[in-house]
Amino acid sequence: MNTFKGFVIKEFKQIYRDKRTLVVLFGMPVIMMILFGFAIRNEINDAQIGILDFSKDQVTRSVIQKLSNSESFKVTAYLSGYDEVEEIFRAGEIKEIVVFEQQFEKKLTTGGIANIQIITDATDPNLANLVQAYTSNIVRDYVNELNAESGFVTNQAGLQPEIRMMYNPELRSVNLFVPGLIAVILMLVSALMTSISITREKEMGNMEILLVSPLKPHHIIIGKVLPYMVLSIVNVFTILVLAEFIFNVPFKGSYLLFFFEAGLFILAALALGVFISSVANNQQTAMMVSLAGLLLPTVLLSGFIFPVASMPMPLQWLSHIIPAKWFLIIVRGIMLKGSDLILMWKETLILALMTLGFIGMSLKKFKVRLQ
Amino acid sequence: MKIIGYLLEKEFIQIFRNKAMLPIIFVMPIVQLLVLSFAATYELKEVDFALVDMDQSSLSRELTAKFQSTGYFNLTEVIFDEKQAQKMMNAGDISMIMYLPSGLETDFSSGKPASIQLSIDAVDGTQAGLIQSYSTSIINDYNQDKFANLQIDVWPPVVNKAKSINIIPQNWYNPDLDYLTFMVPGILVVLVSMIGLFLSGMNIVREQEIGTIEQLNVTPIRKSHFMIGKLVPFWIIGMFDLIIGLALARYGFNIPFLGSLTIILIVAGIYLVVVQALGLLISTITNTQQQAMFIAWFLAVIFILLGGLFTPIESMPAWSQQITLANPVAYFIKIMRMVLLKGAGWKEIQMMVAALSGMGILLMMVSINRYKKTTG
Repeated sequence: MNTFKGFVIKEFKQIYRDKRTLVVLFGMPVIMMILFGFAIRNEINDAQIGILDFSKDQVTRSVIQKLSNSESFKVTAYLSGYDEVEEIFRAGEIKEIVVFEQQFEKKLTTGGIANIQIITDATDPNLANLVQAYTSNIVRDYVNELNAESGFVTNQAGLQPEIRMMYNPELRSVNLFVPGLIAVILMLVSALMTSISITREKEMGNMEILLVSPLKPHHIIIGKVLPYMVLSIVNVFTILVLAEFIFNVPFKGSYLLFFFEAGLFILAALALGVFISSVANNQQTAMMVSLAGLLLPTVLLSGFIFPVASMPMPLQWLSHIIPAKWFLIIVRGIMLKGSDLILMWKETLILALMTLGFIGMSLKKFKVRLQ
Repeated sequence: MKIIGYLLEKEFIQIFRNKAMLPIIFVMPIVQLLVLSFAATYELKEVDFALVDMDQSSLSRELTAKFQSTGYFNLTEVIFDEKQAQKMMNAGDISMIMYLPSGLETDFSSGKPASIQLSIDAVDGTQAGLIQSYSTSIINDYNQDKFANLQIDVWPPVVNKAKSINIIPQNWYNPDLDYLTFMVPGILVVLVSMIGLFLSGMNIVREQEIGTIEQLNVTPIRKSHFMIGKLVPFWIIGMFDLIIGLALARYGFNIPFLGSLTIILIVAGIYLVVVQALGLLISTITNTQQQAMFIAWFLAVIFILLGGLFTPIESMPAWSQQITLANPVAYFIKIMRMVLLKGAGWKEIQMMVAALSGMGILLMMVSINRYKKTTG
């Protein structure tokens, strides 16, 4: 037991002596939270648009005024003909051209109807959709104002949908991202760092020394894994504190359940790390395998950024074997919906089985002998 | 020149001898391009919803049929207990609850406002927004149909006198709003960046960590020769991967190649130098592969998230839009999309290429400067 304690102390020292990595390790969750919280959004902010006004009258001027007053848009170009559209889109800065037809005001006042054409640069389909929807809203508001001024009230007959956004009424993306961020950081610290640190001993030749020492193989694994486990838990705390106090992300469920599930996930990730290290012979391989095999799927196939339900069937099947997917469902449930274990038993069971499987796999693969 | 030749030979032998690395370098990018391109989509597929029908009228039947016929909604449960429905949503079985209050049809046919309640699971805000806009437009359609058929005089109410502005949307370059077309060029950039940033940076640290760098240092090899010997192999591998990726994009995904391929390849060449210089810089400030890897990964995540790959740069607040000016990934993603999808030429991208070249030269100078042939 004493040798084991010594080994664990050595491992801790080795990691905590490396100040540069520590700064990144602790800084990473903070920076990622800030990026996701503030910078990664799906709304529009100051998108540049161009105007092609064939009418240049009172009404078009006030519509343009409305557009440039909104926070979403910045009017940066005035065109004089359709032939300029192509050139402007190619330059890439302007995402939308709003075209007013000739005699806009006249058509609106006498005929009651006038046309606006919205040409979007749909290279980014999402952005094109958003820009178009925002513009339509602004124009619709303007028309409603016009009608209200002249005394028309919009009609109320027919089915009126009353929409309630459950769990996340303001549709804030931070709420969605926090659980995913926890999963990614845990994968990074637990799986990636562990796999690299064990392969490192192999590559440097120290593994031999460890294996001939009185330490049992499982002592070596546990000793290697413990410091990263501590780091992971600290990181989870950091994210939770930031989420709660800076971004006001709700936490409706039980903390106890959360930490139990997080513990399960950390174990799964650590086991995966050990498994990779027993397959890989050098750090480069270990790193590339963890990056390509663990981190990218965790980011892309777990539902972190893109909803699993939108993916084609084969990828949905694939997503079932990614532990982060189940962890995300659980954590989103606990944090945003206040779900308890009774609701989450299925996902928890799957996660637990996976964890056991990974531990079994890595114990079986871990070689006591060198070649 | 001869020395560089030998160094290159040595590096290539080392790379190709490592059997575990080969599939990672050559197969992984293809697999990832395939998987990522299909995974990265915001499109709405079938939404499971529950119906709480207190009205039990022909209207409620028609409305739910209409929802289902669009292909976006799938009715999984008809219940009479709102609490039960709420529980199902908590468990994640359904994403929407449609509540139809009793007296709905009576209100509707007498021309009164008849409200129905849609509760949407908004944990994923983007999805919830889509569900909302689809269901609102289905309901609006229903209103219009019904009033037209019944010839009730309330719809459209006073439209003859009220003004209205018609909006005619037109989407250029990607009229079907196909998400794949948009994502594939961006994902190619990510794959190339990974090779450039991780492999070349790690390679030098590896020599340091194992101690072989000292053997190289005592040889008459010049600093610049050493650097070239380390950078060129991964530059070639990166370009090779890019060409495979481009071929796959063209023939597998049918991405339009409107612009010139030469431009793409030249820019990619410059971009790879920038990324490699960055990797090199990381390797000069770190001592172990673990450190180098970790810092590289950290930078990569920031660059990619702020590069406009998944979320448009236009959505970011002003301060982070400024940061993207120093982000090589953002430039290359933008150039790729502009050239491939819009057919942009030198004229449109010259400023960005200049910025990339500037970054490359600067980073390269700093990192060569920092690399010392002496240890300790």
